[in-house]
Amino acid sequence: MNKISSFTTSSVGRKLSMGLTGFFLCSFLVVHLYLNLFLLKQDRGSTFDTYADFMATYPLIRPLEIILFAGFLLHAFIGGWLWITNRIARPVRYAANRPSENSTLASRTAFWTGAFVFIFLVVHVNTFFVRSRFFADGMTMHERVYEAFQSPLYVTFYLVALAFLAYHLKHGVQSAFQTLGLRRRRYETLINAAAVLFWLVIPAVFAVLPLYFLLAH
Amino acid sequence: MSESMTITLNVWRQKDKTSEGRFVRYTLSGVSPDMSFLEMLDLLNLDLIRRGEEPVAFDHDCREGICGTCSLYINGRAHGPLKGVTACQLHMRTFHDGDAITVEPWRARAFPVIRDLVVDRSAFDRIMAAGGFVSVRTGGAPDANTIPIPKPVAEEAMDAAACIGCGACVAACKNGSAMLFVAAKVSQLALLPQGHAERRQRVEAMVAQMDAEGFGSCSNTYACEAECPKQISVSHIARLNTEYLRAKLL
Repeated sequence: MNKISSFTTSSVGRKLSMGLTGFFLCSFLVVHLYLNLFLLKQDRGSTFDTYADFMATYPLIRPLEIILFAGFLLHAFIGGWLWITNRIARPVRYAANRPSENSTLASRTAFWTGAFVFIFLVVHVNTFFVRSRFFADGMTMHERVYEAFQSPLYVTFYLVALAFLAYHLKHGVQSAFQTLGLRRRRYETLINAAAVLFWLVIPAVFAVLPLYFLLAH
Repeated sequence: MSESMTITLNVWRQKDKTSEGRFVRYTLSGVSPDMSFLEMLDLLNLDLIRRGEEPVAFDHDCREGICGTCSLYINGRAHGPLKGVTACQLHMRTFHDGDAITVEPWRARAFPVIRDLVVDRSAFDRIMAAGGFVSVRTGGAPDANTIPIPKPVAEEAMDAAACIGCGACVAACKNGSAMLFVAAKVSQLALLPQGHAERRQRVEAMVAQMDAEGFGSCSNTYACEAECPKQISVSHIARLNTEYLRAKLL
């Protein structure tokens, strides 16, 4: 028990937890995108709604939902904890500093991009998950998506959030490989391909959906 | 003989650990482009002594880039603008006549300023004392090839062993993290057979001491690798993470 508690409170242990929860959230992103793509199917949302009903009613999904929320909260909590302790570790700033010459902006702003994504998630979960699950008003999920994406303001917020998510993952994916000790020279091509998939391809495909509902309908 | 330069220096002055520090501006002429950065500071100190002022305190020893004693944050970069170079091996030809140069001490909670540009880096010594050694009896030097070590492994261990413990990694990291230093030491010993016996205790003890000293966590910005005068790779941090996970969970 002592080993486990010292692991979770140590700097390296907290980073490893960030990497593990980060990978878990990335795997959720893939599933989420796969189901969202059914919104593009020309069947008035029938297939999408079938999946949405399945996710809302199938009993085995409940524990997975709880694990997913726990993963999100853990990732956000540890991220905040690390940010605070890291600020304490460098109490005095340099008068002259040139961080752009030794590190990327994405790596230095991962906390802030993550914080914005967290705010987006609160809004996003409230718009779709909370309203359909706890305030059933007879609307199907497809109708809910259609309604939400008729607002240019909401679509803009969604697109900005996706840009922040992309920037967060630009640092996060390769960083998780590094933290989990998987970043080796022989896997470099594979890791770079996975990073591009997560930070560029997936957010770009996600961005197609609000634009499709706003512009094509 | 190259032409001499006139430099404006903005130097951090601080009487002792508890005093408030401030920047003091000095204009220094007669600086040769062939001088090292430390020789330029020597020239400044001679000038200050001549004027009856207190000279600027800064750490230095070998002045050959191998001891890791010099520790200056020059114009926003640890050890100055050149890659793979300590401040003592930085020459004034890197700068131009009339340049203004800001010189600061390493900034990290675990490296408190003792005086002017000198910081207390004994936290590194305590991390080493916690586990950065081999305590098993290894006997005398073995004959060549008695312990076979594949060439790439030996090379990687030697790359890690190149760390001079200057603290530039901590200084450059926005989190004041000592991960590259600790990783180099853990990695060097974990790679070689002599270090295998204690690898689990070593990584646990060194990480615990690193945290106790108040260093921050690594957030993989890789500023440490970019500023390390010995160009220690962050791949050693990846190895440290694996070593730690293995020690804690398996």
